[in-house]
Amino acid sequence: MAAAARTMFEKIWQRHVVVDRDDGYTLLYVDRHLMHDGSAAGFAKLRERKIKLRRPDRGFATPDHYVLSSSRAVADIPDPQHRSLVEQIRTNAAESGITLFDLGDERQGIAHVVGPEQGVTQPGLTLVCGDSHTSTHGALGALAFGIGSSEVAHVMATQCLWQRKPKAMRVSVEGKLGAGITAKDVILAIIAKIGTAGAVGHVIEYAGSAIRGLSIEGRLTVCNMSIEAGGKAGMVAPDDTTIAYLKGRPFAPKAAEWDKAVAFWRTLPSDEGATFDRDVSLDAAAIAPMVTWGTSPEDALSITGRIPEPSTAPDAAKKDSMKRALDYMGLVPGTLLEEVPVDRVFIGSCTNSRIEDLRAAAKVAAGRKVVIPAWVVAGSGLVKKQAEAEGLDKIFLAAGFEWREPGCSMCVGMNGDTGKPGQRIASTSNRNFIGRQGPGVRTHLVSPAMAVAAAVTGHFTDVRKLLG
Amino acid sequence: MEPFTTLEAAAIPIDQPNLDTDQIIPARFLGRPRPTQVDALFHDLRYTPDRTPRPEFVTNMPAFKGARIVVAERNFACGSSRENAVTVMVDNGFRAFIAPSFGDIFFNNCFQNAALPIRLDAARVAEIRVLLHAKPGSMVKIDLAAQTVVGPDGKTDRFEIDSFRKDCLLKGVDEVNLTLGYEKDIAAFEARQRQELSWL
Repeated sequence: MAAAARTMFEKIWQRHVVVDRDDGYTLLYVDRHLMHDGSAAGFAKLRERKIKLRRPDRGFATPDHYVLSSSRAVADIPDPQHRSLVEQIRTNAAESGITLFDLGDERQGIAHVVGPEQGVTQPGLTLVCGDSHTSTHGALGALAFGIGSSEVAHVMATQCLWQRKPKAMRVSVEGKLGAGITAKDVILAIIAKIGTAGAVGHVIEYAGSAIRGLSIEGRLTVCNMSIEAGGKAGMVAPDDTTIAYLKGRPFAPKAAEWDKAVAFWRTLPSDEGATFDRDVSLDAAAIAPMVTWGTSPEDALSITGRIPEPSTAPDAAKKDSMKRALDYMGLVPGTLLEEVPVDRVFIGSCTNSRIEDLRAAAKVAAGRKVVIPAWVVAGSGLVKKQAEAEGLDKIFLAAGFEWREPGCSMCVGMNGDTGKPGQRIASTSNRNFIGRQGPGVRTHLVSPAMAVAAAVTGHFTDVRKLLG
Repeated sequence: MEPFTTLEAAAIPIDQPNLDTDQIIPARFLGRPRPTQVDALFHDLRYTPDRTPRPEFVTNMPAFKGARIVVAERNFACGSSRENAVTVMVDNGFRAFIAPSFGDIFFNNCFQNAALPIRLDAARVAEIRVLLHAKPGSMVKIDLAAQTVVGPDGKTDRFEIDSFRKDCLLKGVDEVNLTLGYEKDIAAFEARQRQELSWL
C-alpha cells in the first residue's frame, strides 16, 4: 500500500517529533530560535535556573522592538529601561554565543525581516520566536510560530517545546490579482472572510495560483498576518521562487550541501490528495485594495466600500462591538471610505517593510507630494541600503516622506514612535487594535501603495486611480 | 510551579469578543519590571486618558473586588504573544479564564504560570456572564481534577483539557525540568538530524 498523502505541515511536524506521549502531547524539536530586545525575560529565567543555552548555534538575535527609528546610538534611547533591554540583547548574545545582528550592523532589523533575508529561515525547518508574528517565516515553507517568554526560556534550555498537534487548514486563492492589488490586500481579504478567530487551532497552508504567483516578499506579508486570522502558523510550499530567493544568502546551505538541501525542500509540498481539516477558497480577481475600518483586523473592506451600519450586524453582540469600534474610530456609518480623512501615514513593520513594499510605495510616491506627515521605516539595514541603491530614498524624500532607521517603530510604538490621541493613521502594519499605535490613536491597515495614496491625497484613495 | 487544583472565587464578565492582549496590558508597559506592571492590567479600559478610573469598567466596580476568575467572550486574549498578559492577570489575583475560545499563544502561556484556561460552549459562557452581571460578586467553582465548572446558578459543566496539561497543573510540574528528563531522546534526535539535515 502506498503511504498516505500528507500535507506539508504533517511532513514537517513528523520530522521534528522528539517524543510522542500517549496523552497526545509531542516534544517538538526547534531548529531555529530568533530572539530580540524583548527576549531579556527568557535569558533571565535561564540565568535563574543556572542553565546554559542548549544550542547557541541555532539562536539568532537582533534588537527591533525598542530601537529608535531616529538614531542608531543606544545611548540616544531616552527611556533607561528600554535602553537596558537593547543593551541586554548584546550582553546576552555575547555570553550565550548566539549570532547577533546588532544595532549599527547593516544586517540589523526586524527579526521577521532579518531571518529570511539572512537565509536563517529555510523550508522544512521549525522556527520559533517570542513574538506572535513569527508566522511570517512560513512563507519559505517553514513551520514557524510565536511563543511566550516562559517557552522562550524552555527552548533556550532544551531546544524543544511541548505541543499538541494543531489542525491543518488550506486557504486557496485562485486566479489573477488585479492591477495594484498586493499581498496585503490578499491577506486582509482572507481575514475579512474567515474572521480573526477563523483559524484558531490551525496551521494555514496558503495555496492556489495567486499565492504561487507572489514573490517571497509577498508571501511573507501573507503569512505574517496568519496570527490575525487566529492561526498558529501560516505556510507556503517551497518552489522555484523560494529556492531562487534562498540561493547565496549568508546562512543558506552552500555547494554540495545546497543540492542536498534543495532535494529535501522539493519533497516538502503537500502530496496530491492530502486532506485538510478545513478548506477555504477565494477568487483573486475579486480582491480590491483593502482598508480596515474598525479595531479588529477582520474589520476590512474594499476601498470602494462605505463604513458599515451596525444595524446590519447579524446579532446584538456584533452590533454592540461594531458600535464600540466605530465610536473609537470616530467614524459615521455610511461614509464612503474614500471620504475619510487621514492624519498620518506609517510605512513599515514586519508585514510591509521589505524591498518590494518600498518599491511599490515609491512607484506611487514618485512625482507627488505628501500632504500629511508620513514615515517610511525600512525593515532592515540591508533593505534600507538596497532601497538607497535604487534611489527610492530620494523619491520618498522628494515627496516629503521621512526616511528612518530600521525597527518595529510605529507598528507597536514600544520605542516611543506613537501617534497622538485621536489621530487617524493609515498604516502598513498588522494590528488595528485600540491603542496599538498609542492611546486613542485610530489605526487603519492598508498596503504600502494604499498608504502612499492616502499620504499624497490626505484621505483614503483607491490607489488604482493614481497608478493610471 | 504552584499547583492548580480547585478554585472557588468571584468572577468578572468580559463581554467584548476578540479582546486582544494589547487591551489586557498595553505595549508601553512591557519594558518595565514585572512588579511595576500590576496596575497596567486593562489600563486603557480601566482609565480615561487623564487616568480617571472609568466607573463602568468591571474591575473598577466594588462588587467585583476580589474576583479571581475571568469569564470572557470568543477569541479572548488574541494578538500579541506577550506573556505579560498572563502574568499581569496572575499578579492581580486571576488564576482561571473561561471563554468559548482563546488566542493560541495566551492559552499556552497560561500553563506556564499556573493559570487555567477553560473552553466552554459559547451559549453557556454567555449565560454565565449574564448571571455575573445580574449578581456581581457571585461565585464560580472550578475543580480541575473533576474537570468541572459550577456556575453561579449551581449548574455544573464539564470541560475538556489535555491530560498532559492537566497533570502538569495539578502537580505544579516544572516543564523545563520535565523536558530535561528526556535528554537521551533529544540527543538522539540531534544525532539523527546531523545526518539528515547536515547543512544546518
